[in-house]
Amino acid sequence: MFAQRLAPPSMFRTLPAFLMMAIVLPLLAGCGYNTIPTAEENAKAAWSEVLNQYQRRADLIPNLVETVKGYASHEKDTLDAVVEARAKATQITVTPETLKDPEALKKFQDAQAGLTSALSRLIAVSEAYPDLKANQNFLALQAQLEGTENRIAVARRDYIQAVKDYNLTLRTFPSVLWATFWFRSNQPFANFTIEDDKLQTPKVDFGTKQGG
Amino acid sequence: MSTPPSVLPDISPSRGEIGSFVDRANLAFLALFLSLLFLPFSAFAADLPALTGRVVDNAGIIDAATKAALTQKLADFETKGSDQIVVATINSLDGEEIEPYANRLFRFWKLGQAKENNGVLLLVANDDHKMRIEVGYGLEGTLTDLHTKLIIENDMVPAFRAGDFSGGIAKALDDMIMVLEGNLEELVARGERNQQAPFNSDDLFFAVFISIWAIIFFGSIAVSVLPPIFGQKLGPGRYRWLGMTFEPHRRSSGGGWSSGSSGGGWSSGGGGGGFSGGGGSSGGGGSSGSW
Repeated sequence: MFAQRLAPPSMFRTLPAFLMMAIVLPLLAGCGYNTIPTAEENAKAAWSEVLNQYQRRADLIPNLVETVKGYASHEKDTLDAVVEARAKATQITVTPETLKDPEALKKFQDAQAGLTSALSRLIAVSEAYPDLKANQNFLALQAQLEGTENRIAVARRDYIQAVKDYNLTLRTFPSVLWATFWFRSNQPFANFTIEDDKLQTPKVDFGTKQGG
Repeated sequence: MSTPPSVLPDISPSRGEIGSFVDRANLAFLALFLSLLFLPFSAFAADLPALTGRVVDNAGIIDAATKAALTQKLADFETKGSDQIVVATINSLDGEEIEPYANRLFRFWKLGQAKENNGVLLLVANDDHKMRIEVGYGLEGTLTDLHTKLIIENDMVPAFRAGDFSGGIAKALDDMIMVLEGNLEELVARGERNQQAPFNSDDLFFAVFISIWAIIFFGSIAVSVLPPIFGQKLGPGRYRWLGMTFEPHRRSSGGGWSSGSSGGGWSSGGGGGGFSGGGGSSGGGGSSGSW
């Protein structure tokens, strides 16, 4: 090695450079080149799960409406409101690509919130029909609806966390360098706000306002 | 004689008044700073109970005989199909809803195998008079929301109202196991897929083995190449770099490494002792009830 250093042929000059590259390139990846794409994909996956659970709720509704209709056909207003809210909510979809637009997310959110309140009114109304409450089919649907609402809440929490992580990578130090020099087209995603989240929780109504 | 730093009042006579005062102030400040630093962690850690076994009875409502029987039953059931069912009782939810709490606890304990997400958590909050069966992603199709609802309403609520917590929980577990065994083919298939679980340690061993070899291989190349480039030349074939002297062409005589692969302490926790979650998660399946 010593003798080669005195009169270095060109091959031996490039060899150390190659080795340096082999060491430095993995370090570069370790420095966070992957951070932003990883966080972005996580946020998109979390959003897909939110959509998935909302879709699951929408799929339950026709059965629920039919079952309630059989026992409480004169609660037409409440039933129609649910059907209408469902139609509105299923029209609006937010694809991962449009997540950057807070307006689109807000519209989606409002439509789903409308469906949530229409549904909770329907459940509240059905309390007045003992036959309906004893119906096995209705019990099953109610259990599934409760489970789905809870899954929606979990999916929303996961999405909020994933978007927070993603937006942080676009704004905090080591990864913000990658964001400015390489991932310039990456925009922060819109997130659910806490107020919206609180509005979404079903309100307990002790029969002071009779829906219907 | 230097006394160890302490936040207690300093009564050593060797120091002057002002010096000890400054020391104490500094120490007090340091202690405050450290406590602030660790406050968030301790707050979170205190929030969720530790996974001490398959039956975590922090509310103390399950009698010892039942607890032992249930632990054994759940351990047997896990060996059959790798599903992890855990019972947890707590005193109070501290104002939180039971659904988010159960989900947090489930994910904190990582119940179920990582690839199957086949865990179930039966949570009872004694003071709040609420219970929940939280089902992992992988079992949502078998142990449906309706099943859990019926188990809660038919097994647990009547027994709990009569004050028979042990009986209600035992019955609920029996029924859950019955439902999961109802889909026997899937259960057996899950069990077989996860028979390989203990052999995962071989993968780890392999990774460690490869990485040690990689370090030795690339490390020796680096040691022979980098010092001549970056180091300071001391003489023919001797370089000084990063405070060490390298002689790439001389065999070091003493630095042999003994390949003592010392058996590896791999005890795949089959017994009741070291029970831990398998890495599963839950998306909020299951249902809740109250008594």
